[in-house]
Amino acid sequence: MKNRIKYWKGIEELENTPEFQKNAQNEFPEFLPVNENGEEASSGKTKRRDFLKLLGFSMAAVSLASCEAPVRKAIPYLNKPVDVEPGVANWYASTFFKNGDYNSILVKTREGRPIKVEPNTSSSLTLGTGPRAQASLLDLYDNNRLRFPVIKGDEAEWEEVDRQIVERLANVTGKVAFVSSTIISPTTKKLIREFGSRFSNFEHVTYDANSATGLLAANGGVIPGYDFSKAKVIVSVGADFLGSWLAPVIFAKQYVETRRVNPEAPAMSRHYQFETWLSLSGANADVRVPIKPSEHSAVVAAIYQAVTGNNGGAPASAVTESPVLAAAIKELKANRGRALLVCGSNDPNVQAMVTAINDAVGAVGSTIDPAAPYYVKQGNDANMLRLIKEMNAGQVGAVFFYDANPVYHHPLTEAVVSGLAKVPLKVSFADRVEETAAFCDYVTPDHHYLESWNDYEPRKGYYSFAQPAISPIFTTRQMQDSLLTWLGTNILYYDYLKDNWRSAERGDFDSYDKFWEQLIHDGVYESQTGTIALDIVNDFEPVTPVARPVKGGPGIEAVLYEKMTIGTGEMANNPWLQELPDPISKATWGNYVCMPRDMAEEMGVTQGEVLRVTMENGKTIELPALMQPGQAKGTVSIAVGYGRKVQSMPVAYQLGENAWPLAQVVDGIILYSGNVKLEKTDALHPIAQQQTHHTVMDRLVVQESTLSQYLENPLEVTEYIKIATADGPKKPALVSLWDDYEYKDHHWGMVIDLNSCIGCGACVVSCQVENNIPVVGKAEVLNRREMHWLRIDRYYSAVEHEEGDFVAMEDPAENPSVIFQPMLCQHCNHAPCETVCPVAATMHSSDGLNQMVYNRCVGTRYCANNCPYKVRRFNWFSYANNDKFDYHMNDDLGKMVLNPDVTVRGRGVMEKCTFCVQRIQLGKLEAKRENRRPKDGEIVSACAQSCPTNAIVFGDMKDPDSKVSQLLAREHQSRAFHVLEELNTQPNVTYLTKIRNLA
Amino acid sequence: MQHVSPIREPLVTGGKTYHDITEDVSRQVEAKPNIRWATALAISLVGLAIFAYSVYRTLWYGIGEWGLNKTVGWAWDITNFVWWVGIGHAGTLISAVLLLFRQKWRSSINRAAEAMTIFAVICAAMFPVLHMGRPWLAYWVLPLPNTFGSLWVNFNSPLLWDVFAISTYFSVSLVFWYIGLIPDFATIRDRATGPIAKRAYALLSFGWTGSAKAWSRYETVSLILAGVATPLVLSVHTIVSMDFATSVIPGWHTTIFPPYFVAGAIFSGFAMVLTLMIITRKVYKLEDYITIEHVESMNKVIITTGSIVGIAYITEFFIAWYSQVEYEQYTFINRAFGPYWWAYWSMMTCNVITPQLFWIRKIRRSLTATFIISIFVNIGMWFERFVIIVTSLHRDYLPSSWAMFSPTAIDVGVYVGTFGLFFTLFFLFAKYFPVVNMAEVKAILKSSSGVTHSHTKTMHATEKELNTNTRHNNE
Repeated sequence: MKNRIKYWKGIEELENTPEFQKNAQNEFPEFLPVNENGEEASSGKTKRRDFLKLLGFSMAAVSLASCEAPVRKAIPYLNKPVDVEPGVANWYASTFFKNGDYNSILVKTREGRPIKVEPNTSSSLTLGTGPRAQASLLDLYDNNRLRFPVIKGDEAEWEEVDRQIVERLANVTGKVAFVSSTIISPTTKKLIREFGSRFSNFEHVTYDANSATGLLAANGGVIPGYDFSKAKVIVSVGADFLGSWLAPVIFAKQYVETRRVNPEAPAMSRHYQFETWLSLSGANADVRVPIKPSEHSAVVAAIYQAVTGNNGGAPASAVTESPVLAAAIKELKANRGRALLVCGSNDPNVQAMVTAINDAVGAVGSTIDPAAPYYVKQGNDANMLRLIKEMNAGQVGAVFFYDANPVYHHPLTEAVVSGLAKVPLKVSFADRVEETAAFCDYVTPDHHYLESWNDYEPRKGYYSFAQPAISPIFTTRQMQDSLLTWLGTNILYYDYLKDNWRSAERGDFDSYDKFWEQLIHDGVYESQTGTIALDIVNDFEPVTPVARPVKGGPGIEAVLYEKMTIGTGEMANNPWLQELPDPISKATWGNYVCMPRDMAEEMGVTQGEVLRVTMENGKTIELPALMQPGQAKGTVSIAVGYGRKVQSMPVAYQLGENAWPLAQVVDGIILYSGNVKLEKTDALHPIAQQQTHHTVMDRLVVQESTLSQYLENPLEVTEYIKIATADGPKKPALVSLWDDYEYKDHHWGMVIDLNSCIGCGACVVSCQVENNIPVVGKAEVLNRREMHWLRIDRYYSAVEHEEGDFVAMEDPAENPSVIFQPMLCQHCNHAPCETVCPVAATMHSSDGLNQMVYNRCVGTRYCANNCPYKVRRFNWFSYANNDKFDYHMNDDLGKMVLNPDVTVRGRGVMEKCTFCVQRIQLGKLEAKRENRRPKDGEIVSACAQSCPTNAIVFGDMKDPDSKVSQLLAREHQSRAFHVLEELNTQPNVTYLTKIRNLA
Repeated sequence: MQHVSPIREPLVTGGKTYHDITEDVSRQVEAKPNIRWATALAISLVGLAIFAYSVYRTLWYGIGEWGLNKTVGWAWDITNFVWWVGIGHAGTLISAVLLLFRQKWRSSINRAAEAMTIFAVICAAMFPVLHMGRPWLAYWVLPLPNTFGSLWVNFNSPLLWDVFAISTYFSVSLVFWYIGLIPDFATIRDRATGPIAKRAYALLSFGWTGSAKAWSRYETVSLILAGVATPLVLSVHTIVSMDFATSVIPGWHTTIFPPYFVAGAIFSGFAMVLTLMIITRKVYKLEDYITIEHVESMNKVIITTGSIVGIAYITEFFIAWYSQVEYEQYTFINRAFGPYWWAYWSMMTCNVITPQLFWIRKIRRSLTATFIISIFVNIGMWFERFVIIVTSLHRDYLPSSWAMFSPTAIDVGVYVGTFGLFFTLFFLFAKYFPVVNMAEVKAILKSSSGVTHSHTKTMHATEKELNTNTRHNNE
């Protein structure tokens, strides 16, 4: 063997230890420590690899800890609940009822949480929903609701509360009073009666914040079964039946049936409105006469005298001599059996005259159905006044408050408070510690209506139900269950309710359970047999149709009114309602003193200047002034429902002032008007209006005509703009530089009938709920940055002016005619927004939608500038998870209302109406799964679905049988017009000219 | 030799020699910063701090910090943008167009004017980025290959044209300006004594040797860049005007906009150059280089462009009436007599009436009057853009959406802050860069200094090396 030089590879090889020899055969050396076992670790030394691991770990830990990532738990279903398919909505029939506003609804739930309210089409009372019903959903997720029962302000257990109340009820001395607003649930009323039967001296006092005592007194304790749909002549004296009077959603449905026109049936009712403040009904009226509150009885008396020949006892005035009133009387008389007079006065004597007039013009049996009166208001002012007296006299041993908050809205607040101090046991069922609950010993919070079981009878023979759409969020308990517990029974209200309905006529159902299931499934039940009768007490004083003397005088008269948004104030903590503009003044977030312009000029007041209003009863409030066209001369009007000063209503906290104390108690009834003194203060308080320019400036953006013109030639009621070309005038769409899109499958379109639109705003809220539109608050509305995708433009007619007098046409007329125009993205086929976006974030879809891609948007706002309709909305701030916008999108509970199908937009992106693309997509997918085309009516936008008058029709214009196609075909060249047609934007939204039935 | 009319006043006065020019200009760079300069810079830095704070508020909280609303989606942001871009027009016009037209009087002012252009365009460029809702995605407006799918920019959008126009203009101006600086940097480098200055200017001068070859290339590049930059003077504001002209908004949708905007831009740019030059010549004692003759020439441009702008205003009214489009008509009536009447009449006074004073020779040659009028023009041109943008938007088609715009403190802060940015850059420039183009001034010295030079031969040689303008002249 040759001795060669050996090159060693390492010290180990040179030394050639036995260990090396052993390892040399192994492909992978093992002597590098891979420290995994405890033995090595216990040596206490950190190995090289461990060091790197530790370094990496600690780096990660330190950086993670410094980031403070919020822990969000997503807990998957361990077992899938029955009927809950993730991503698929469940619908439950229910009912919304609050102080007269009745809506039969369907509740859309996703993964167990209600996210939308839609109308229940099975109901024959309502077509759509009102704005309050839409917004009521958010109250469910209100963080300020009580999460537990309260004893004297402290959290308590239900067992303890029950024990104490039962014990104290057992030893109660004196009267037990159950104070509630109107209850239209037959079963609840039965239960209350049963509860009361336990006590020797029990009274169920029903009183309504905005009372209808006068009307009830004159009609045997019920509201006459008005049916506006049968009327040819409607005369309303101070009754805002479309906005705030009694059951507006029901009346709106009936009313609009007489207002629609089409070539086959070109007839319309004529609507006269005599009123002080410009109400929604007044805005829709054909003839509107502004009158002072003190003149209401004179107007009614004049009609009474003319129609019945009896003397109403009211002195003649300028109004009673007016030719318009004479015309109204003439028409009332001429349309026997097709005429209807309604009156908003709470004076029983006036209402007695109204009843007599309606009798005389043959309304009963046609425009008033005597067999089907309404029950939506039952309150008797006298009973409440008596109870207040009794409380102050120490005669009341226990009082329960259910849906009643007299400390806030009873005119005799001080007496209520002093009386409460003398009542030993005070229990409130309020869902939060509001004004009255703050004075109560116990607050046993009631469920939200979407967590409750109940039945309703708003009109005789028309029933509906409520069922829980979610299990109770907080440890609350339905009032009825509380009563049952205190009665000492173990029955649940659900069983009580079900049991009570056993007597109902079952029809073809063989078993009661099946019938009951059907009842709850349908949510409505209509039967005239009357087996489930609502307990109606007629304890009203008999009245005579003679007007009582009214204090008129030369001074300024004030009238309190209910806004169609906030209503009596119960839902004031709802940011959707606060941000929904008043349909007339377009003001949000607060109340104000509406005054006619000449009064403001006389006083030297400008809009926003704070006035001190002193009522003849000595009560004073300070509110900013608002110039309101149409306001009767020498009058002001103030909305109730504001001025909440309780911590449990942070949204409404200190918005506006409480106007309820200005109401006056006269002869046992509450009157909502009186003489006031106005004083200027130095303060300025801006009013957040969503529209600040009020006239249409003689532009053709909204069109109207008259019935007589329509009857003459329906093809001449709309003015169509033509573009001058070398070959003569042409339709703008024919003069185009652009290629048209080709739509192969669908072409979505919308038709808005301005004749049917009453301007209520239900669509605005519906759109807000459906599309997760943020609430921006008063300051941002003042900055003109509201986010509503759909708004209702309201234009007043201008003062008389010459053509081209731009200064004059900015001023609304003293008593203007009003027109509403829902305005949303027009989904132009030649969209100005699409061409200008530098990043193509807004583009056209293959089925005609103008789409907005939020993720792509960089926020140049060029599209919004270039939109002639100004319907694009920009996210100026981050509206979710931002303490500056502390509304529902800033807390976890409030976020539960968000629609999971719609993105919550981030800051800096543009957004706008999508035609509810998520619904279109869902409908298309469902149809695709069944291998068919979507059927007309399957896919509807939220606004169209919610509209209480069906003014909005949505559908596929490619489908010749769809309602929208047929409407377009019918109204072509007649009433159908596009806004700003001369711009050749070719919108997919078509409007139908409004027709007025002018006298 | 070029013929110089005896009645024409010399462009350089005071009997300067080549050395004097080098001394006069380099002195500013080489001397220690004086207290006046430091104070001015400090004030500018305060402005810059205001800018930084306002931008922070805008970026951190959102565009809602500004006074914009659903109706008026652009206001001060785009007003400021167009205004600054307009100001940025003079530099290129002076250096490129006047170079091509052989206007020699440009030589002493082109450097500062070009610097002003660059800084004004920087200020202008802040606004398109800042006004975005999501400025961190601003790069999406560039046609970059991306992984978002086949996402591409929208070539229909005038905003995109803007991106190209402004960035091209900025890059060309910057290169043009810098090329011109190189020989002067070399001069300073050669004179520098400190080690830092030596190295810094050596770096900035790109190793300029001053050889004939280098001069020849320098001249060629200058000419080429002048040729490239000249159309840009017209294109930038033409395209900026298309942001408005291609829209459907009455008051924006106007075919007269491109020429009208270009004239307005030159108008405002010259005014701004005058404002700055009158101060600079005083502070830096450059009266012999920037003479009354210069001021008068520029005033003549101002009166010309000012009159063009004035005619454009009147034409707009005529066309509005002639069009018989009610929206168009109302927009113009609203401009003059609506709620923003004061903005309109401020514009008319500052832009149309005040420059007409320059018809009077005394005013045209008065530094004080020129300074005041130039400020008026600056203000007037800001109002012009405000009037176009805000009064057109605030009352467009549907009266229901009509709204007013009022600026917030942040709006004001961003605008005032861009002055801070501008002047910080300008003062840094004025201290560390030669504010007058030494090389070019030297080139015109012999032909237009008022001093008779006998050494024609030497002059010939110099001209060959230095003066592009006279190189191909038929003597």
